[in-house]
Amino acid sequence: MAQVDLTVRVGGDSAAGGIVTTGEIVARIAAYSGLEVYTTRTIPAEIKGGHVMFQLRTSEKPVYSQGDDVDMLIAFDQESIDNYYHLIKANGFLIYNSNDGQAPAANGNGVKQYGLPLNELAKKINFTKGRNIVTIGAMVKLFDLPYDKAEEVVRRQLGRKKDLLDQNLLALKTGYAYVEQNIAQESPYHLIPETGIVEEERLVMNGNQALAMGALAGGCRFYAGYPITPASDIMEFLAAEFPQIGGTMIQAEDEIAAINMCLGGSFTGARSMTATSGPGLALMVEALGHATMTEIPLVLVDVQRAGPSTGMPTKVSQGDLRLAIFGGADDSPRIVVAPVSVEDCFYQTVHAFNLAEKYQTPVIFLSDQDMSVRVVTVPPFDLNKVKLEPRLLWDPQSANHGGNGASGGGSGDREYLRYKITESGVSPMSLPGMPGGQYTAEGLEKAESGAPIYTPEAHIRNFEKRARKLANALQDYEAWQMYETFGALDAPVAIVGWGSTIGPVKEAVLRAASEGMPVAVLYPKLLYPLPADHIGKFIAGREHVIVPELNFTGQFGRMIQAQFGREIIPLTCYGGTPLATRDVYAKIKQVYEGMKVNA
Amino acid sequence: MLPEIQTIPLHFDKANLKPNDYKSDVKPVWCPGCGDFGVLSSFYKAVSELGIPPEQLVIASGIGCSGRFPAFCNSYGFHGVHGRVLPLATGIKMARPELVVCAMGGDGDGFSIGMGHFPHAARRNVDITYIVMDNEIYGLTKGQASPTSPLGLEKKSTPYGNVDRPLNPLLLAFTGGATWIGRAFSSRPKEMTELIKQAIAHKGFSFLQVYSPCVTFYDTYDHFKQVTKPLPEGHDASDKAAGMLYAMNEETLFLGKYYQEERPTYDDAYSGVRQKATKGTYSFEKLMDKYRR
Ligand SMILES: Cc1ncc(C[n+]2csc(CCOP(=O)(O)OP(=O)(O)O)c2C)c(N)n1
Ligand code: SF4
Ligand SMILES: [Mg+2]
Repeated sequence: MAQVDLTVRVGGDSAAGGIVTTGEIVARIAAYSGLEVYTTRTIPAEIKGGHVMFQLRTSEKPVYSQGDDVDMLIAFDQESIDNYYHLIKANGFLIYNSNDGQAPAANGNGVKQYGLPLNELAKKINFTKGRNIVTIGAMVKLFDLPYDKAEEVVRRQLGRKKDLLDQNLLALKTGYAYVEQNIAQESPYHLIPETGIVEEERLVMNGNQALAMGALAGGCRFYAGYPITPASDIMEFLAAEFPQIGGTMIQAEDEIAAINMCLGGSFTGARSMTATSGPGLALMVEALGHATMTEIPLVLVDVQRAGPSTGMPTKVSQGDLRLAIFGGADDSPRIVVAPVSVEDCFYQTVHAFNLAEKYQTPVIFLSDQDMSVRVVTVPPFDLNKVKLEPRLLWDPQSANHGGNGASGGGSGDREYLRYKITESGVSPMSLPGMPGGQYTAEGLEKAESGAPIYTPEAHIRNFEKRARKLANALQDYEAWQMYETFGALDAPVAIVGWGSTIGPVKEAVLRAASEGMPVAVLYPKLLYPLPADHIGKFIAGREHVIVPELNFTGQFGRMIQAQFGREIIPLTCYGGTPLATRDVYAKIKQVYEGMKVNA
Repeated sequence: MLPEIQTIPLHFDKANLKPNDYKSDVKPVWCPGCGDFGVLSSFYKAVSELGIPPEQLVIASGIGCSGRFPAFCNSYGFHGVHGRVLPLATGIKMARPELVVCAMGGDGDGFSIGMGHFPHAARRNVDITYIVMDNEIYGLTKGQASPTSPLGLEKKSTPYGNVDRPLNPLLLAFTGGATWIGRAFSSRPKEMTELIKQAIAHKGFSFLQVYSPCVTFYDTYDHFKQVTKPLPEGHDASDKAAGMLYAMNEETLFLGKYYQEERPTYDDAYSGVRQKATKGTYSFEKLMDKYRR
């Protein structure tokens, strides 16, 4: 019987090398064979050594989460067996390196155990470093994946060194042949059905790659950043692409420099971005307020990781929400956008740029560690769906702002009013090089011209101006459909969440629905300004609202509580792992059981 | 196809510009007698003599009395946060290398909170002019010791005398890799104007330290009149070691151009990166193909 939804975990010591590569190559082979894939990983913060695990979920149908339990555990060492054996489903598979580890005593749940003599197999072909490729060969046979696709992926991923390539291909064959002769008959995992697969066009990539491509498509041409896990590869990606398209990428001396460089870049008209993680965002907060005050567009990506402080740099969190929304001196409004998936990282990055430019204000883009490194299959990005919102520029031709017309002269009114009070709150911006448009981008409170002024009237007027801009962004939330809803929309129970928890929620809600526990789900992708109308209508009349998120205090849940003055049920997960489908399901069940008791 | 970015055509005509053309309608808020007035007048004069159209001139600044500078100019300006004028100016220059970019700051702004940026702007040789109005005090915050205040100085934050040894901005500029280094005194406007002109005309990172006394919190006019004097006639500005020796002299504070060197600017270097990176026409589709299964 064909098993169409398979979860495999690979674990081992990173010092031995190649655990993540092994997983990624198998994921690619599955993807190239026409399957959908969704991966996750934990990597130690140590540079060399430490335990790593890679999990692959693959199916003919789209998959939305990493999967809680595993069908197969591939253990490169004893620690992996000790840590993960209990995750193997009944009648699942344990494949372990029989040259380095002992299979546990059979525990009666039917887990089949197979030793692969990896060290021996590798030694036999004089390629001791090739153990992971031997394992890949073994997995290809175990899952009955097409061998030619496996060869193609190995060629593409590891083909740079010709002599090594031959050895790698030999290792692939060795693992494949070993399983063919010793295990294959018993493997139940035929991923490719006999009828074949209708193959959709797919890209195989992670969230940071999708995000960086979104930046390219969103017109970004200036980037400055400082290395930090898990955001650095956005910088590395753009370092390779930007110089080819006239863009500029600067590795700054620190995050404070990075964001200030972006302020400078954007001031001259370039769509500008920086990317960091929590510790970097903390350093950027002052300049962020400055972007609000000077009305300079800017996209600041925060790939959230577990904190506080250095925390767990390679683990996931959604703990920066409060800092993103409220961090800063006085009320310094900014827009906060959160994508929900790898594919969404592309399209929401475009939205982030459009919002920044349209409202001349900073936009924080909240991604997370898990989404950033997770390799999945996504439909190719559609540039036809990308529409750029231009910045409202000052037009010298139509200019008549009541000034004296002198380009200098040293006295009298100015012709051009950079901070003109308008109904929309947005004032036409001039760019250096435009004659007559000279002004100073001013961090002090100011008159319409930009000249510093401290009167209560000016301060009040400008607070209101800056707030008006944000209020208007809510119309774009509707027009650009910056939200997802699914589930039974008339259900008594709702889930309102944000970011990458959407995957496990989707799966849990499906399961709950099939068991008579319907749930309505809303994921806004604009978190600030809070789309209060939409969320309010959505939760109105529901008996219970569950708010899942990856932080300790339930930051989004508390915002909703404060906004609507009603109780919500937090579902917080703060161990540095992605949300488990099982926990979402359990919470839904608990809520429904409580309703029965109360009824 | 990726969206195009916008560019603004520039027209550079040296149409008889006068210092007054660079004056804005904002009246300087400095105390009467503040050294910064002198710097401002010399600056107006220097840029007019260089014939830089006001709309192609960008003046960035940090926070301090000195940081108020751009508001008084009829050019483009960016009044940044405290200590970050160099990254701000770097961003402006790198996004639009055709603009003339000047960075204005104070001794606290540049050598205390913003010190981390100084050697980096210098080593990159960003083609900007960095003018520090050094009054050896925190003016705007009303008179605390600064990183250039002398030992023993008794001020509000050092009631028993300053025990933090002052640092030497010129030597820092040398070791950072600045390609034009000079020092001026705001009471010598003619020389200062000339030095500002040379610093702006230099292609690369120019650093000009200006002694610009704070009459209100630390009046050093007499002191600087006594201890400053022009660099010796024969000083060879291409001789780095000689320049550094003069900079090390803490008894006589020499004024003038200490050093100049030709080295590719940051935007030149990045143009090289662009050339190296560009292979044929760029296609987003091709980029996607790398990830296609
Ligand atoms: C982050 C931050 N810290 C502190 C201040 C307060 N502050 C404003 S100006 C200044 C020092 C200015 O000294 P200097 O750079 O020498 O400028 P001067 O006023 O002497 O020209 C300080 C500490 C601030 N504005 N921002
Ligand atoms: S306080 Fe000092 S530095 Fe500031 S304006 Fe007055 S004299 Fe100048
Ligand atoms: Mg000072």
